[in-house]
Amino acid sequence: MPDHAKSTTINEFEREPVPTKEQKGANKFWGMFAGEHCAGTEFMIGPLFLLNGVSLQNIFLGLLLGNLLAVLSWRFICAPIATQARLTLYYHLEKIAGKWLVVIYNLANGILFCFLAGAMITVSATAVGIPFNIPIPTQDDLLPTNAAFVITVLGVGAVIAIVAAKGYNSVAKFANVAAPWMILVFFACGIVALKQLNVSSWAELSSLWNESIVFAQQGQTQGRMSFWSIVLFAWFCNAAMHIGMSDLSIFRYAKKPSYGWASTAGMYVGHYMAWVAAAFLLAAQIKLLRDANPVPGPMAYGAVGLTGIFCVVVAGWTTANPTIYRAGLAFQAIIPKTSRFKVTLITGFIATIFGTFPAIVLRLLDFVGIYGTILSPIGAIIFVDWYFNRKGNAESLHNAQPASSFSVPVLLAWLIPVSISLYLAHQNGIPAWHLPLPCWIACGLIYFILNRFTGPKTSNH
Amino acid sequence: MQNLRPILARLGLVLTVLPPLLFFYDVIELTTSKIIMVFGMILWLGIAPIVQKQHES
Repeated sequence: MPDHAKSTTINEFEREPVPTKEQKGANKFWGMFAGEHCAGTEFMIGPLFLLNGVSLQNIFLGLLLGNLLAVLSWRFICAPIATQARLTLYYHLEKIAGKWLVVIYNLANGILFCFLAGAMITVSATAVGIPFNIPIPTQDDLLPTNAAFVITVLGVGAVIAIVAAKGYNSVAKFANVAAPWMILVFFACGIVALKQLNVSSWAELSSLWNESIVFAQQGQTQGRMSFWSIVLFAWFCNAAMHIGMSDLSIFRYAKKPSYGWASTAGMYVGHYMAWVAAAFLLAAQIKLLRDANPVPGPMAYGAVGLTGIFCVVVAGWTTANPTIYRAGLAFQAIIPKTSRFKVTLITGFIATIFGTFPAIVLRLLDFVGIYGTILSPIGAIIFVDWYFNRKGNAESLHNAQPASSFSVPVLLAWLIPVSISLYLAHQNGIPAWHLPLPCWIACGLIYFILNRFTGPKTSNH
Repeated sequence: MQNLRPILARLGLVLTVLPPLLFFYDVIELTTSKIIMVFGMILWLGIAPIVQKQHES
């Protein structure tokens, strides 16, 4: 998930390589990844595994392998190019594909960020509504259900949008401070929920877990996600960041490509411990209250009380805020003369409207898959260009000027596999998180072939 | 006071993670755990930003 730290880095050296003296030590990357991946949405993903009937064994082992593959993708696909090229994704892409293609990428990025921020606003609103006894949407609700919850979402969204529009440095600082506390609250939620489940062995836990699935699925035991589906989800829920090369903007500050291992902190703290803890929260809620509604606020409140409410609000707020800010920047890049304040405010308003629809947060797994499917193929373009056109020569990239303002081969290589994938996902019900890898490979191959026919679209001076 | 702040902030983290563990091992009740965690939260979120500012300056 996007993060404040990213936004603070992309505004510097936006059109030049990061100089040696500005490169950061490994600790910064370990801390940033650990905090970044403990976001409000983690409270939703674990419970959604339970609702999808995933066995406990598949969660533990699938996440272990999937997260490892994600770490390897950061370490061996993204970090090596980032630490040699040392450019942002946007400038790197502009050199390959031209300014207008970056505009299209920004538009897609901005819209997807709005959805993501909307989900985070919904998560925060579920906690804000607790003290006021506001009815919270259930897992079957896709549209706004009651005026009180819509007003809560609008209120939370308005605060987040105004703070983002005013610049979010203070929020970014607060997010850094809150990160270790949030990680511990996630851990605490897991421990309390495990105790509430009152089991003394793996067999008992597994049996209780299966009972929770039967209850949540109203008598069925339909496993909608296999072991490999979990592996692919864990691997590609951040596909846009690693194989999609969005984190070139981060790792261009790393002294060595080995700093890519820092993603281990994010994956095994946020995408392992936090997801498992959140999944236990729902299992405990089902056992104690016979309620399978995966709403973060009440779940966290049940386990750790007031701290849980604050954690859900802070986790949603500190991640929604920079997401709106970055979406605003993406839109502003398209219309540069508009005021950033106004663009960010309008972006926040759009995200807030999305947030009133519970469907977005309840279909978070699908959304995350679509996000990766649309954005990650751009990483394949950069990969092919770097290793086959430039042979890993950073000088060639730094000296290159975009030959045209719009690269047709890049556009075709991007759109063809993405369109086919989204069609297949829609028509055949293929889970969206299964698609980033075939899309990435197809995009790379198409670009490689088209490039051979048309010649590289960049010139070196 | 300046030296005390980092200690108090870290105490906040301890008070966040320790009570659930004590509840897990049946040492304290869940309600007690929740109350102590609120103090932990106040300590950390109240003092850690000041400590961070000190580090920056």
